[in-house]
Amino acid sequence: MVKSGTIILNTAARFLMPLQLMFSVFLLLRGHDEPGGGFIAGLVAAGGFTLYLLAFGVRATKQVLRMVDPRDLIGVGLLLGMVSVVPAWFMDQPFLTAQWWTIPVIDFKASTPLIFDIGVYLAVLGSVIGMVMALMEVDKDEP
Amino acid sequence: MEPLMALAIGLLYATAIFMMLRRSIVKLVIGLLLLSNAANLLIFTTAGMTRGAPPLIPEGMLQPVGEVADPLPQAVVLTAIVIAFGVLAFAVVLIRRAYEVVKADDLDKMKDTDT
Amino acid sequence: MQFTVLMGFVLAALAPMLHRRFAGRTSLVLALFPALIAAWLFSQAPMVIDNGPVLLEWQWVPSLGISLTFLLDGLSLLFGLLITVIGTCVLVYAGGYLKDHHDIGRFYMALMAFMASMLGLVMADGLVTLFIFWELTSITSYLLIGFNHADLQARKSARQGLFVTFAGGLALMAGLVMLGVASDAWSLADIRAMETDLREHALYTPMLVCLLLGAFTKSAQFPFHFWLPNAMAAPTPVSAYLHSATMVKAGIYLLARLQPELGGTPLWIGVLSVVGATTLLIGAFLAIHHTNVKKLLAYSTIMALGTLTMLLGIGTEYAMTAFVTFLLAHSMYKGALFMVAGNLDHETGTKDVTAMGGLRPLMPVTAMIALAAALSLAGVPPLFGFIGKELKFEAALGAADYRSLLVIFAFLGAVMTIAVAAIIALRPFYGTRHQTPKAPHEAPLSMLIGPALLSLGSIAFGIAPGVLGVNALLTSAAGAVSGEPMEITLSLWYGVNLALIMSVASLALGFLLFKYWDDARARLSLLAPVMRRGPEAGYEGLLNGIVAFSEWQTRILQNGYMRNYILIMLVVLIALIGNSILLRHSPLLAFDLDVRFHEVIVVGTMTMSALFATLTRSRLGAVVSVGIMGFSIALVFVLFSAPDLGITQLLVETLTVILLVLVLFRLPRFSHLSTSLERIRDGSVAAMMGILIFLLIMTAWSIDQFESISTYMVENSAPLAYGRNIVNVILVDYRALDTLGEMFVLALAAIGVIAMLKLRHATESPKTAEGSKSDTQEPYDG
Repeated sequence: MVKSGTIILNTAARFLMPLQLMFSVFLLLRGHDEPGGGFIAGLVAAGGFTLYLLAFGVRATKQVLRMVDPRDLIGVGLLLGMVSVVPAWFMDQPFLTAQWWTIPVIDFKASTPLIFDIGVYLAVLGSVIGMVMALMEVDKDEP
Repeated sequence: MEPLMALAIGLLYATAIFMMLRRSIVKLVIGLLLLSNAANLLIFTTAGMTRGAPPLIPEGMLQPVGEVADPLPQAVVLTAIVIAFGVLAFAVVLIRRAYEVVKADDLDKMKDTDT
Repeated sequence: MQFTVLMGFVLAALAPMLHRRFAGRTSLVLALFPALIAAWLFSQAPMVIDNGPVLLEWQWVPSLGISLTFLLDGLSLLFGLLITVIGTCVLVYAGGYLKDHHDIGRFYMALMAFMASMLGLVMADGLVTLFIFWELTSITSYLLIGFNHADLQARKSARQGLFVTFAGGLALMAGLVMLGVASDAWSLADIRAMETDLREHALYTPMLVCLLLGAFTKSAQFPFHFWLPNAMAAPTPVSAYLHSATMVKAGIYLLARLQPELGGTPLWIGVLSVVGATTLLIGAFLAIHHTNVKKLLAYSTIMALGTLTMLLGIGTEYAMTAFVTFLLAHSMYKGALFMVAGNLDHETGTKDVTAMGGLRPLMPVTAMIALAAALSLAGVPPLFGFIGKELKFEAALGAADYRSLLVIFAFLGAVMTIAVAAIIALRPFYGTRHQTPKAPHEAPLSMLIGPALLSLGSIAFGIAPGVLGVNALLTSAAGAVSGEPMEITLSLWYGVNLALIMSVASLALGFLLFKYWDDARARLSLLAPVMRRGPEAGYEGLLNGIVAFSEWQTRILQNGYMRNYILIMLVVLIALIGNSILLRHSPLLAFDLDVRFHEVIVVGTMTMSALFATLTRSRLGAVVSVGIMGFSIALVFVLFSAPDLGITQLLVETLTVILLVLVLFRLPRFSHLSTSLERIRDGSVAAMMGILIFLLIMTAWSIDQFESISTYMVENSAPLAYGRNIVNVILVDYRALDTLGEMFVLALAAIGVIAMLKLRHATESPKTAEGSKSDTQEPYDG
């Protein structure tokens, strides 16, 4: 199934993937105020990787991912989601109450919802590329 | 708009269910896909549809300008879309595995594998 | 205190680890837990006895009014001490008895968990906490009875105990809820402090019936007694613990606890005294049928439980005194006797008393212990059991209702109990020596300390009932059971009265029965066909009936044809929802269609592509048209103010098409399998469902039953949650817990997919279960 694609696909994938990744981070960070957010950003990033997978195959994609296994991304994502509930405990507030901190120098709003959204992002990204990668790996093994 | 959507969603449901009742497992997958889309639209439509008023608050303000669309069904449907994809992937792969084991795409021939 | 009891569960979890660390000494280490609690209870005893009940409050979820409060009065003190003291003995004993068992870590785990649940049960103040601990004892005792899980009989017995006690637990739950509703107080202390009389309440009868069902199943009252002898499949230390002081006494505890509030009515007196007396007689009668030493003891336990229930039913001051005294006496001698039985079994390799004999010279200490405990069981002065038996006769003679029945049953029960005591104390140790599977010698020290201690208690409390404050403790406990303070003075000699004459007569007759026991057993075996028709046969019949019914309905409903499942569900759904919509709401069918031209085009594309996907014969055509439908839906979202949804739908649709292309083309072409009749049937069901959905949307859209909860979310999104995209704020803030759950669903689906695809490679290459499975499917190829 997965042969290397055409030159156009290859070139497009090579350029689009980093762009899509950057765009996804942009979508993630602005998601609280404008359309975007963890789910959408995760899907955009997963789309970028899927394109790359289709163009260059599983091995090349794994090289791009280096040490990161998609399954680890799922785990880290879920962990971040769980961790974001903890600060409210220390503030003696009900479970999952959002906490906000302003980082002074760059005037950036850090918050538990943001941590949570990053968790969503990683879980979605990990799930989708995990599934696609597993499918393509199996395809490769079969005639 | 809602009555038109109601008609369309009814039709989507009918096609989905017809496909899910087929014996061919490939058609089952298509039916599942149609059904999840129809269900999302159902939630979206019953909450009422509003044109051109997304639930966003303009920069620097605390309240949205005028009436906006109900954000709650949107949030519900958003996760539902992503989960439907996950479940679809699961179903598709499950069916593929079943096909590899049973070597038949007829659901009636798979009936003994779960008893 | 609550913390200490909960620590028991932690210790239980750590037990296997402790066993790895301490090996043979684990039981001694673990025995510190009950021993320390016993010491604490002793230290609390003077305060409770002098000043009345103590409440130990621990707020748990204050906003819901749930607290883990313990109530410490005379009754819970007595039970707590029995549980901890006998628990210490049993733990020490188990260390010797199961020394070479390969799975002893798990045993300690279950035993410690059981101990903690039992302690929680007798001290719980809240009705809900009481119920939770009650069910915990059922579960943990299930683990203990089925400890030898490789043995079919043990599994079956454990399951039987579980089913019977859980069925009772359900009734108990209903009863406790009714009690809570009727009294409007969910704690025992509040119920006790109430002014109103629960006996007058309209719910009294159903409440009492449910509570009694719970107590009777747990405490093996007739006709639920059959699970208790079967539970003897457990290792002997478990039997010694469960059937002397704990598990089976839980039901008795509940009855005693409720006696001041619910007792004294004709219903209470009638049911408790008649059921108790019947259980007493049947237990004693069945006991002499058996030659298995553990079964003998089990049936005599049923006898004792019947006695206790009967005494609660009688309800006089004498009966209360007899109740607490007999409770204490029975726990001590029965614990000791079970451990003696364990020693015999452990050393000789058989449980059959007729196969033993002349063991006294070989096991002198065990023989001494057995004699002391059995004398207490038989009620021979000066042992503590004698006081218990005297008071029992006295109470039966003083009963206001059913007097002659109770006296006769109690007397016959006592005669047979004495025979049982003689069988256990004399038969294995005296007479001619028999060949046994193992060469017997005296049991190790760890297996003698526990029973010796309990036997010594039986002697000491009998000679001097005032020692160690036993009299004061029993006074306080009896006061708690009767609801009014009372004064007890126990003594061996109450003068020559009818009870004493009955005692002497029962001793003589009992010894006679022991003499001719073998003869009597032969005659009784003629009754075997009648015995087989007992309540246990009813239980078996019920179980078989349930299995047969589930088989029948599985054949009808779950026949393996996917479309049948779907069809049944759909038809039911259509009937129910259609009925409700058409009869109760009239869907708004007169409407002005406010649509724009481009919207009609988008919706039209959507429906057309869905139809095409259904009708096409080509897989690629179907996938492409489904894709087009998805993109049209994305457009609908965008047109109707849902930009986030539009983007998500677009991205997911792309991925879906990729997924389908990757997988679907590994599958065969569309095949045409159904007949046209089937297609018409499916088509009409699908059409009906479509119409139903149309009506549903029209109804739901036109009715506004509740104000949308999203108003709050819209108003506070920016001021409180600092977000201007309200949909995202809902996802990550207002409803973050839902989103967290959805993340887990997605992750599970992904892990499932990865596992299904990757694990196959591990299992398929060697010829494993997966490989053979595909072999059996081969006929389908042809």
